[in-house]
Formats: sequence, structure tokens, C-alpha cells
Amino acid sequence: MDFIDYYQTLGIDKNATEADIKKAYRKLARKYHPDVNPGDKDAEQKFKEVNEANEVLSNAEKRKQYDKYGKDWKHAEQFEKAGAGAGQGYSYRQREDTGGFGEGFSGSDYSDFFESMFGGSAGGFRQGRSAKFRGQDFHAELELDIRDAYQTHPQVLTVNGEKIRLTIAAGIADGQTIKIKGKGGPGANGGPNGDLYIKFNIRNETGFHREGDQLYANVEIDLYTAILGGEIVAETFDGKVKLKVAPETQAGTKVRLKGKGFPVYKNEGEFGDLILTYTIKNPTNLSTEEKKLFEQLKTLR
Amino acid sequence: MAVTNLILIETLCTHYEVEVSFIDSLSDLGLIEVHTVEEIRYLPEEKVTNLEKMIRLHQELEVNPEGIDVIMNLLEKVDRLSQELAEAKNSLRRMGFPE
Repeated sequence: MDFIDYYQTLGIDKNATEADIKKAYRKLARKYHPDVNPGDKDAEQKFKEVNEANEVLSNAEKRKQYDKYGKDWKHAEQFEKAGAGAGQGYSYRQREDTGGFGEGFSGSDYSDFFESMFGGSAGGFRQGRSAKFRGQDFHAELELDIRDAYQTHPQVLTVNGEKIRLTIAAGIADGQTIKIKGKGGPGANGGPNGDLYIKFNIRNETGFHREGDQLYANVEIDLYTAILGGEIVAETFDGKVKLKVAPETQAGTKVRLKGKGFPVYKNEGEFGDLILTYTIKNPTNLSTEEKKLFEQLKTLR
Repeated sequence: MAVTNLILIETLCTHYEVEVSFIDSLSDLGLIEVHTVEEIRYLPEEKVTNLEKMIRLHQELEVNPEGIDVIMNLLEKVDRLSQELAEAKNSLRRMGFPE
């Protein structure tokens, strides 16, 4: 665990007045506020740091304590707590276990340094933000294999100890977020519950590239089939198909297989197309005789 | 069909500690859609998230309703551009460009 220079965090010097601190904090808050930096984890982290610095420096008592003992916090007996000290730098802890899911932006996280110096959070930096009406939204990310995204399938999630059954419709996109109404934090004073947002990250280790409902793949054909034409067997996402290759097929030729692409989200039975691109495999390790024949072909041209 | 739950504007003002005039300004700017039933004004429950965001911008960053309007428009644009960028990156991968 490292010492944190709160003055540096806010970009002010040690003699800064209350007004300087407020001004510096406001400016940084406008820059890093999560509402104006959606999905930006770095900004969120910065915002936490800035808030923590402000909480210490804008509070006369905390500031005094920090100025006096901050640098030497390791030696200051009164701040030594059993078990503290094993942390790694500026790391943050979640206040409560949310079963692997982030709590969205809650403002409840403090650095180890802060906690060892001032104890756990009392009140938090954003008193105005606690759920006093509508419950908090929860944000979760779910990794899904592309094979699973290909089919409508049920999934059970555990969020804050509650089992949530959902059906993931075939064709869900990478990065798509679905909202599950009312499954966030509880509301207060008769307010509605927050919602649960699940973002899907789709892992694709197949040879198929997905763009929306279209799938793309390369198919290798040998030189002779490319020149003379013939029949090949190509892989589609869910099986094999026989394809006729026309004589004198060029490398890079594309073939569109209608309806062999990815399912269209929430349009059951509808599929995109599969677009195959031919690559041509030239023979190697030619025998003397083969070489001779190629020479012959060359002179014929 | 799901029933739309309406929440009293006054209830929202009390809980979020905002003036009714702030809600009026947002409504005038077309940022929220206030429903009026028998002369009592409500906000649909599913719009509360959005309103909360605007209240945070107002209370925590001291942005006025006009500023919120600008921010909301820009955020929409950022969202659209991020999506376009993700799609473009995905297409580049297909063409064999590393990220």
C-alpha cells in the first residue's frame, strides 16, 4: 500500500485554501464524472480518486490529520490496524460482495490508504446519492461463447443472492446490453427498484468472423479445382455444405450462402448470410515431371 | 401490455431535493416528458433513470438545464460514434488488420 498525495490528485499545493480545493475538485469532477464518461473505467477510477482526495482535504479535521500523519502513516501507531498493510497500492475494495457483479457507480470505494488512515467509509463522499427513492441500477457483464449466442437458451444468474432466470435469444450481439427491469437495488420510500443491466461479451474462437447477422469465412481450394472446377465440402457454422466450384475460379472470389449466417436477434427462424472467400492453395514440392508440365503450360500461354 | 407506472412529479422533487421549476425547465427543453392526468403531473417510471442522471449533472456538477441539454445531445452522439467505431474495428479485423 502506498502513500497517496491528495494534493497532487487535485493538482493544488499544500497551502491551498478551502476555496482552492473546492474549485479544483469541481473542475476535475466535471471532467471525470461517470455520467459524462459512460463506460470509461479509467475516468471512473480517476473520479474515485478525486472524490477521496476531496473528502479528506475539504474536511478540516481530516486534512489536519492527513497533513500531520499522512507521510508517516506507516509509523503512526494510531493508524495501524491488524491485517492492514497487505494491500497493493491504490487498490479499491467493494463495500459489499455483489456476487461478482459491479454495483454500477456507487461511490462506496476507498483506497486501502484511506481506510487504514480514516477507517472504513462513514457517510461516503456522496451523501446526496444514496438510494432514497429509486433503487440503484446494477451492471453486470456476461461472457458468452458465440456457439451459445447462436441458439436461444436459458441462463440462470445469481445477483446479490437472488437467482434470475433469463432466456437469451439467439443472435445477441457482442457488446449488446439487455435490461432486466426491477432486478437492481431496492427502492426506498415507495420508489421503484433499480434495473439490472447485463452486457454481453461474445467470445469467438471459430474460424467465422461475425458482422451483425453476416458470417464470413475463408475456404481453401486447391489449384486444380480452382482451374478445372469441381465440388468441395465447406464448413458452415452448423454443418457442412457441398459447393460447386466453377472452372477458372480466381483467388478472392466470394460466394454468398443465403440463410447460412447468424440468426437475426428476436426474429426466430431468420438468418443472415454466410460469405465465403476462396483462397487458392498452390502445390509445393513439385516433381521434375510436374515442373516440366508447368513449363509446357507456360509456353502454351 | 405492460402497465406504465406513473410517479408524481412532487414525489420526485421531494425525494431528489429538486425544485419543481427545475423539472419544468427540463420539460420545456423537451428533455423529459411529463404526463398530465386530471391536472396532476407525472413522470413514467422508466424515465426516472434518465431524470436521475440529469439531476446528478445539476446537483453534483452545477450544470443548468440548457447545459444538460447540450450534454445529453453530446452523450447520444458519443454513444452512436462508439458503436460505429466498434463496428468499423470489427470489419477491419475481418480484413486482417490487427487492432
